[in-house]
Amino acid sequence: MNKILIVGEHDGAHLNPAVAKCVTCARGIPGGEITIALFGADTAAVAAQAAQLGGVHSVLRIDRAENAHPLAAILAPQVAALAAEHTHVFGPSTSFGKDLMPRVAALLGAPQVSDLMAVESAHRFRRPIYAGNAIITVEADPARKLVATVRVASFEAAGVGGSAAVASRSLDVALPSHTRYVGAKTAGTDRLDLQTAARVVSGGRALGSAENFQMLFRLADKIGAAVGASRAAVDAGYAANEMQVGQTGKIIAPEIYIAIGISGAIQHLTGIKDAKTIVAINKDGEAPIFEVADVGLVADLFQVVPEFERLVSA
Amino acid sequence: MQKIMVCVKRVVDYNVRVRVKPDGSGVMLDGVKMSVNPFDEIALEEALRIKERAGGAEVVAVSVGVADTQQQLRTALAMGADRAILVQTDAPVEPLAAARAFLALARKENPDIVFLGKQAIDDDANQTGQMLAALWDRPQATYASKVEILGNKAAVTREVDTGLETIEVDLPAVITVDLRLNEPRYVKLPDIMKAKKKPLDTVTPEALGIDLGQMLKVVKTDPPAQRQKGIMVKDVAELVDVLKKKGLIR
Ligand SMILES: Cc1cc2nc3c(=O)[nH]c(=O)nc-3n(C[C@H](O)[C@H](O)[C@H](O)COP(=O)(O)OP(=O)(O)OC[C@H]3O[C@@H](n4cnc5c(N)ncnc54)[C@H](O)[C@@H]3O)c2cc1C
Ligand SMILES: Nc1ncnc2c1ncn2[C@@H]1O[C@H](COP(=O)(O)O)[C@@H](O)[C@H]1O
Repeated sequence: MNKILIVGEHDGAHLNPAVAKCVTCARGIPGGEITIALFGADTAAVAAQAAQLGGVHSVLRIDRAENAHPLAAILAPQVAALAAEHTHVFGPSTSFGKDLMPRVAALLGAPQVSDLMAVESAHRFRRPIYAGNAIITVEADPARKLVATVRVASFEAAGVGGSAAVASRSLDVALPSHTRYVGAKTAGTDRLDLQTAARVVSGGRALGSAENFQMLFRLADKIGAAVGASRAAVDAGYAANEMQVGQTGKIIAPEIYIAIGISGAIQHLTGIKDAKTIVAINKDGEAPIFEVADVGLVADLFQVVPEFERLVSA
Repeated sequence: MQKIMVCVKRVVDYNVRVRVKPDGSGVMLDGVKMSVNPFDEIALEEALRIKERAGGAEVVAVSVGVADTQQQLRTALAMGADRAILVQTDAPVEPLAAARAFLALARKENPDIVFLGKQAIDDDANQTGQMLAALWDRPQATYASKVEILGNKAAVTREVDTGLETIEVDLPAVITVDLRLNEPRYVKLPDIMKAKKKPLDTVTPEALGIDLGQMLKVVKTDPPAQRQKGIMVKDVAELVDVLKKKGLIR
């Protein structure tokens, strides 16, 4: 039997929406039994959320003061200990999962499939390489454990309605003291989350300044969208780093993605391939973004964005 | 600060548009421009800056790959690395195998810091640094956008999904770098000449006592799904109209 352990990302209060996508991915594994492990100082609230996800067999709470902040060096030995009872260990392809899972894999001497995008069988998966320019099918040895990060844009969220058993677990694992959490500077705004928003407005180098970028925030607010950016816009300081979309930023799959003043470099496109509808506004009709856009408009953004904002109702 | 090790991978240049072979056996690599993985240039730049600030430290560039990887290591030497080591193999190298090779080198060299890129732009794995840190049983600070050395500790600011996070790690530690850590220096012609005289050692995996065996078999390589060609609209009014009709906005 396949027993899949999902490391559940959370912030203490909310289960990260990526976890529900990992569950859908894990459900694709034939004959799988799914366990979600939650590490934290107090995971009661998030355990209740995890237990509701359809198809989950059990939820394990590993509450420990050292787990208050998700440090890979602290969590990895605990995940590896729990993995003894599992065939597969999955985490989301978020900065949390990307940081943690390879450390777990190495402790287990197991291979990792990064950005798993499709399950073909319990040991056969598809994943992108070369910024999504190629998709490989990989086969893992069934005799070994398999670690994977799940490309969240590739899976729908599992629905609620489940009622998995929740249990507390104490693990007898020595934890290192060589890594310490100091602090965080989070955007902490009430803006929509880029990774889960149904609509995203995104800006590139063409915006020219952080002030001009405000134009996009106004448009986004009007249509209920999250705001993203190209690497060039982030590097130039027009947008915050967590807004970067692409190969080395966030990979997203909104219903609609509106790219404004973005050329459409391959590294950017890999982040938006799964968007249902791509809209591009660019003054250069030859910009590569138009090759993937469902709806394109060749125009100066400074003229059309204010008009766009006027024409949509809140 | 005595020694800094930097992992430098030979990859297809980021400007090349990689294509899948028609028979699905892989991607076309013949005659394609190869370069240092862009993140690894940032990793090396950071090592050089730390060396310069500290008024000395040896910077060792290391790689696992084919004989031609010497070209990329020469680039690293031209940028300012003091010497280089190539673990030479013709076999494909998975992240865990690379991490095992780097572990063997780290045990020999005893660096204070090992810098790697956050990901290689060929396999996009984003694994090797974390794996090395686990095997070496040392701290990891991934996706660094700022590195401050404080004696035998480092404070590292990391790019995470919610913004920035700072952690403190005891040295020796593994640090993987993100795009905004620094801007790598350009290599000047005299540096390229000087680099030719710097030591570049080649070792075999056997000599290091490691097995680079593959654990994941690639059975097929496919091109990505193509998107349907879209429509062009003439103005914003038409754009908004189309989107409203599709029910995407109100
Ligand atoms: C290792 C690596 C990783 C990378 N990862 C990422 C990543 O994750 N995400 C990412 O986005 N990039 C990434 N990049 C960078 C990528 O290659 C491009 O450089 C970047 O996406 C370009 O951003 P841009 O489209 O905003 O800027 P540009 O390419 O400069 O394009 C600006 C566009 O705006 C248009 N424009 C100018 N003025 C106006 C106007 N007034 N009105 C309308 N249009 C206008 C121009 O026609 C042009 O098409 C990466 C690069 C490397 C090497
Ligand atoms: N074969 C290799 N040779 C040199 N460095 C490597 C190799 N494989 C991985 N690395 C390093 O590990 C980083 C992450 O690679 P990856 O885990 O493959 O995405 C790269 O940016 C390099 O610094």
